[in-house]
Amino acid sequence: MSASASIFQSSIAKKYWMAISGLFLMIFLLQHFAINFLSVISPDLFNEVSHFMGTNPLVQFGLQPVLMFGVIYHLAMGIRLDMQNRAARPTKYAYEKPGESSTWMSRNMIITGLTIFAFLGLHFYDFWIPEITTKYVAGDISGLNAHGEYRYFEELVHKMSDPIRVGIYCVSFVLLALHLMHGFQSAFQSIGARVGKYKNLIIGLGKAYAIAVPAGFIVIALFHLITH
Amino acid sequence: MSNMNLTLKIWRQNGPDDKGKMVEYKVSDISEHMSFLEMMDVLNEQLIAKGEDPVAFDHDCREGICGMCSMFINGEAHGPDRAITTCQLHMRTFNDGDTIYIEPWRAKAFPVIKDLMVDRSAFDRIQHAGGYISVNTSGNTQDANALPIAKAAADEAMDAATCIGCGACVATCKNSSAMLFVGAKVSQYALLPQGQVEAAERVKNMVEQMDLEGFGNCTNTGACEVECPKGISLENIARMNRELFKSMVAG
Repeated sequence: MSASASIFQSSIAKKYWMAISGLFLMIFLLQHFAINFLSVISPDLFNEVSHFMGTNPLVQFGLQPVLMFGVIYHLAMGIRLDMQNRAARPTKYAYEKPGESSTWMSRNMIITGLTIFAFLGLHFYDFWIPEITTKYVAGDISGLNAHGEYRYFEELVHKMSDPIRVGIYCVSFVLLALHLMHGFQSAFQSIGARVGKYKNLIIGLGKAYAIAVPAGFIVIALFHLITH
Repeated sequence: MSNMNLTLKIWRQNGPDDKGKMVEYKVSDISEHMSFLEMMDVLNEQLIAKGEDPVAFDHDCREGICGMCSMFINGEAHGPDRAITTCQLHMRTFNDGDTIYIEPWRAKAFPVIKDLMVDRSAFDRIQHAGGYISVNTSGNTQDANALPIAKAAADEAMDAATCIGCGACVATCKNSSAMLFVGAKVSQYALLPQGQVEAAERVKNMVEQMDLEGFGNCTNTGACEVECPKGISLENIARMNRELFKSMVAG
């Protein structure tokens, strides 16, 4: 086995990349949450930060493509690993009690993961596609509406005024929480770090992250639904 | 408790190429003090008396050491109890009138030989790929105590070395992954000075062989460590992941 081949092809190496892309997406999610939370405490600040993120060339043409790649890689590798794992047991058991030895979250990452990806479709339809169309198709990078004010906050509030949309968002965040509940500590296990004195810390941090971040997104969505 | 009457649903498969199916049997007057394998012996005596083919299953020491007994019992590797092999499972774990499902380990890498016996030679081939140290034993081995080893490292290495290679980890993993087994075998050397010389080659070769055998990938569900009769910890998998990374970086 050559070293270059093993870094990408061995079963463990695939898990490294799955973990690294997952950790990257969790860092992204945290900054996304932080910016969204500004919309609750200060619409003006939210507008300014949104405009910066939407127009800064480093963010737009440097980080955004990396993020896109990260999402697609994590999804594609997740599907590929799941297919390999299913193939490793061609004959199923007649009777199984999986709940005796593992959590539902850990066994159903493909289900929660694919649901989150489906949600991303709606999320892109709501925000990303209109944003890209305005900026790069219509060529308007001013970030202003017809009244000469920043448009980001009013667009957010407009989308979050639909109870059905908010409902779908909230359900997706619950599935995201389930995905993260296993994913956070699993990523550290895959890179060999969930051990010894760090084990309980990582498990604790993972649970806190998996509950706090999706719950925070739900609070933001409900806040705008109720107050506007 | 009085003796038990049980219904058994057992996987019967004549040979590797046979399709196989679940077949129902009744056993009666089973003592709660019997081990699970003794209950299987009672069934087989019944079958032989009737001129039928007895159920083939692996067993040897019958004291939880050899790693031969397998059996996926009522949806769990080695049955419902914890930290035991099937031979250490007692019938008092069950109740009169119970229906018990008995199946072979299920994995592409563990093909069924007959009934409940599976071919676990994939584990042997992984061991051959690197689960050893190269020592000249031709009359001039050094004294074991000449090499100081920290007590904690010795204990951890021993914990890893208690793996009996039964395959319960593979059987219980939803992905039929062999990571706990290979993690334990890599760890028992990685923790000791004698294992350092060949550490990089060992982990690379053992992981490569594991992948070639068709085991699935680890998704860190942790089911393996729960069902392992020897309580091998997931930390051994994390250690193997670190060892493989080190070997890749070092070339």
